[in-house]
Amino acid sequence: MTTFIFRRLLSSIPVGVAVVVICFTLIRLAPGSPFSSERALDPATKQMLESKYRLTGSIPTQLFCYLSQITKGDLGESLKYRGRSVVEIIGQSLPRSILLGSISFLISIGLGIPLGAWSAARNQDRAGSILNGLAILSLSIPTFILAPTSVLLFSFYFHLFPPAGWGEPSQLVLPAFALALPFVGVCARLVRSGLLETLGSDFIRTGRSKGLSETRLVLLHALRPAILPLISYAGPLAAGILTGSLLIEETFAIPGVGQFFVSGVINRDVFLVSGVVVVYCAFLLFFNLVADWLTALLDPRIRLDS
Amino acid sequence: MKLRILLIAFILIGAAAIVGPWISPYGVSEVSSARLASPGFAHWLGTDLHGRDLLARLLYGGRISLLVGLVGASVSLLVGVAYGLTAGYLGGRIDNAMMRLVDTLYALPRIVLVIVLISLFDLKLKGFLDATPLAFLAPHARLLLLFVALGLVEWLTLARIVRSQVLSIKERPFVLSSRLIGQTTPTILIRQILPQVLPIVLTYLTLALPAVILEESFLSFLGLGVQAPLASWGTLLADGASLLNPIHTPWWCIVFPSFALASSLLLLNFIGDQLRKPQK
Amino acid sequence: MNFCRGIPGLTGLLLSALFLGGCTARPRADLIICNGAEPQTLDPALVSGQLEGRLCSALLEGLLRRDARGKPVPGTAEKWTTSPDGKVYTFTLHPNLRWSNGDPFTSSDYRWSWLRALHPSTASPYSEIFYFIRGAESYHSGKSPADLVGIETPDERTLVVHLDHPTPFFPALTAFTTYLPVHQGTVEKFKNGWVRPENWVGNGPYLLLDWKINDRVSLKKNSLYHTPGRVQIDRIDALAVNRASTAFNLYSSGLADVLLDKGMIPSLILPELRGRLDFHPGPLLATYFYRFNVTRPPFNDVRVRRAFALAIDKEVITERITRGNEPVAQSLTPRGVADYLPPEGLPPDPETARGLLKSAGFPDGHGFPRISLLYNKSELNEQIAVEIQAQWKRVLGVEVELRNQEWATYLRSLDTLDFDIARSSWVGDYDDPNTFLDCFVTDRGNNRTGWSNPEYDLLLTNAKAEPNPARRLQLLQKAETLLVTEAFPIIPIYHFVGCLMFDPNKWGGLYPNLIDEHPFSEITKRTP
Repeated sequence: MTTFIFRRLLSSIPVGVAVVVICFTLIRLAPGSPFSSERALDPATKQMLESKYRLTGSIPTQLFCYLSQITKGDLGESLKYRGRSVVEIIGQSLPRSILLGSISFLISIGLGIPLGAWSAARNQDRAGSILNGLAILSLSIPTFILAPTSVLLFSFYFHLFPPAGWGEPSQLVLPAFALALPFVGVCARLVRSGLLETLGSDFIRTGRSKGLSETRLVLLHALRPAILPLISYAGPLAAGILTGSLLIEETFAIPGVGQFFVSGVINRDVFLVSGVVVVYCAFLLFFNLVADWLTALLDPRIRLDS
Repeated sequence: MKLRILLIAFILIGAAAIVGPWISPYGVSEVSSARLASPGFAHWLGTDLHGRDLLARLLYGGRISLLVGLVGASVSLLVGVAYGLTAGYLGGRIDNAMMRLVDTLYALPRIVLVIVLISLFDLKLKGFLDATPLAFLAPHARLLLLFVALGLVEWLTLARIVRSQVLSIKERPFVLSSRLIGQTTPTILIRQILPQVLPIVLTYLTLALPAVILEESFLSFLGLGVQAPLASWGTLLADGASLLNPIHTPWWCIVFPSFALASSLLLLNFIGDQLRKPQK
Repeated sequence: MNFCRGIPGLTGLLLSALFLGGCTARPRADLIICNGAEPQTLDPALVSGQLEGRLCSALLEGLLRRDARGKPVPGTAEKWTTSPDGKVYTFTLHPNLRWSNGDPFTSSDYRWSWLRALHPSTASPYSEIFYFIRGAESYHSGKSPADLVGIETPDERTLVVHLDHPTPFFPALTAFTTYLPVHQGTVEKFKNGWVRPENWVGNGPYLLLDWKINDRVSLKKNSLYHTPGRVQIDRIDALAVNRASTAFNLYSSGLADVLLDKGMIPSLILPELRGRLDFHPGPLLATYFYRFNVTRPPFNDVRVRRAFALAIDKEVITERITRGNEPVAQSLTPRGVADYLPPEGLPPDPETARGLLKSAGFPDGHGFPRISLLYNKSELNEQIAVEIQAQWKRVLGVEVELRNQEWATYLRSLDTLDFDIARSSWVGDYDDPNTFLDCFVTDRGNNRTGWSNPEYDLLLTNAKAEPNPARRLQLLQKAETLLVTEAFPIIPIYHFVGCLMFDPNKWGGLYPNLIDEHPFSEITKRTP
């Protein structure tokens, strides 16, 4: 077990480095400069800024400077938010994204698993189709429609929750649900399909012939192997919720880390984006590790150290 | 029985999307002075901010969205399944290396890839196409780039899921016995394992197609998707989203495109479900 | 199913742990303002945006400052005198000025701050705002030393500034953000980190209490400000909001008290808001226009440019798309700039437009090369572009392709002149037409059209050296007439209108003004 974790961690480091290298290179290759604005910048000033941030010379040179900087623990400064270090920016924004993301994650699996299980158990009748339909509906409406509409409805029409902002627990409800809803559908669908597979297999039939109740069958026996596809997806799901929440953060004025992603790329803020990518990468690798471990735990047929 | 109904419904939508714009009295980018008109006799579904007929744009947008979904999902299917089968079956160090590559690509933010791809290649592709007999495609260089970008990204999750399925399937008795008999790896992969994997692939495909369409709408919202005055359901939704406000929202600009998108995706998913059933 | 049962427990634990960590637990500020997007920096030498400028003006004070109506009034300088030739200004500071850490505030603080902003290594985006001062430009380009820059401090309370030309708006200019003073000791000690709340030292009406990125900038009244009695509101929070709809939602639900930027109001509902007591519109010193690339065909032909300009119906745009009652722009400089009357410009004229296009060799648009209209992606830009594209098609028979690019690429295309027509806007830095007209002098960085006209350049140079204010404005008007009625390197479309949203029964001291200055220190709370 420990060898598995150790080996996985070891093989994750080159992944992290590769990602940073690719990210850095791509952004430096993209046309446009991080220092340009609607008001033209005179070439001397631009030159000065570029050498200040060590962005002159060929891309391999810049990359080398950046990587050696990272090894000293310095993730650089933001090019747009002058004077603020990347560590400081991420350090302030990440806990908020984690809070929001955790709640969304729990909502996703908390609603998704029962929804998927129920729709699989009732597959034969109308109820199952309706539940399935609900699951699909939740992932058919894009977030940028869902979020503002839920604000209009629950905030302005029903006056239940504040429409935006950060600081009060009530301000978390709408964004958490808006963020979670599409994933509820995905989770439900994966659980449902996994269950439908499992419910047809031999050991379930044996259980049924033994006289076990359907609910017991589904919950205690079928769910375990059926949940495997969901667990494989849980890795990307968690990482995606955590840092892919750009729209939610903009609509609800949540000072999280997801928005730096797109705004950073648009501003060509290479150090900030690389830093955020490193964080995203770390989360992804961590959750994949957990997912693989859980999979091995739940399915004795899989051997991790093959 | 039900499958037939669903398929017919979907074909109707597809047909409407293909034929509709040809028979519609309004052009897809035809500006008029009837701005933000609510649904009525002249414009059945109302008009948008520029007085463009919503129904015409919806039908035309269906073309683009469905096309994007199909191409993107097909690319992801082919690449993802092949990759996942190979990695899962071969196992060991090769599997490890292949999955590390997937992790690397996964950890690469989609949006970075798409923005850079589009900014780097948009003009170059246009210039390139202009010089070839495919010049008629040149104004749609952005669309072609989108196909590539979206297709290349969706295959990752599929590869991962397929591989984890293969990991458990390959230890099953019938696979082991096939190996004993002496069947070659490709045969085993295609004849034995693939059919077992297909259900989950199909389910995921019916999740991938909508995901691609939704991804395209998100990109349109950011301004990186289909260019004005072309329309996709994504751009229609993005336009509609910009009109939401607590005082007075032109609901038709949001409800109809959402309805079109949601019902198409619902249909696709139900079809996928029905296709899966006889496998038992 | 261990983890199914564990979920409620896990939830409880997570929530309690993370709530404590993640939420701020400060009582509500007295005034909450939606200021715009997240400020890029609060170092006045590096600021180039208006929202940052507002914050800097609350935290620091220049020789002059702007009042609630945008008029320049004495700041740290209690009086100033001009020499007869108009080239030397002598400012006298208030006695006993202090920084917020107790250090004495003297005229050498200004000298040090201005030289710092001019120094090439600071890389200030607005260094050219100092070029009116003798020796400033050559100091910035490293050609001459600091001693030759025309700033003298004969004693602690006196500052003498030598200008190259008589510049009547110079005192008002010292209220501009780049001219704000910074505390030498703090900047030298902390370098880039000097703007942090824990390090902050300022001389303005407010102190930097806290600065949470993408959340808010929290300000607290500075008790060491030279006239603290003037400042009514004790605690202000300036929220960072990216999206207009979000800002408006915050305001509508009472989570924000004031919206200071028109960009914070969705344009669709502007007509509905008109007439509401809390809606306060006012014209701005800013223009939205289209640029031509005159270095390549077909727009190197002035007839074609003129045809395109005359074919646009600008009323439709301000009525249906921007909806803020914006004045249509027939000139580059908006009306209302101190005594200056911009030229009339040419009204839309489809017939003449068609005739011009025909004489240029493209009757009814036949044979017209493929061109594109460049803009950066934003809802408004796209809506305007779609509209104008349709108008050009209808009037001239010309197909124009729409080309939207994201911000950095769009700027690069502008700089490298890789466009045919491009959308642009310009906000005036000070209330004088020079801030607009100077852009189009030959080879200026902000020209971005490739247009060069020696007559225009000469007019502006002469205006700079002209001591008589009335004659100076005449010269400027002549230049602008050339620009917008003969040469057409640009098509002005509309002048921006700013809107403030606040309840006049609760808040006072906020007035829409041309220069769009709304100093926080002037805002008052009204008791109904």
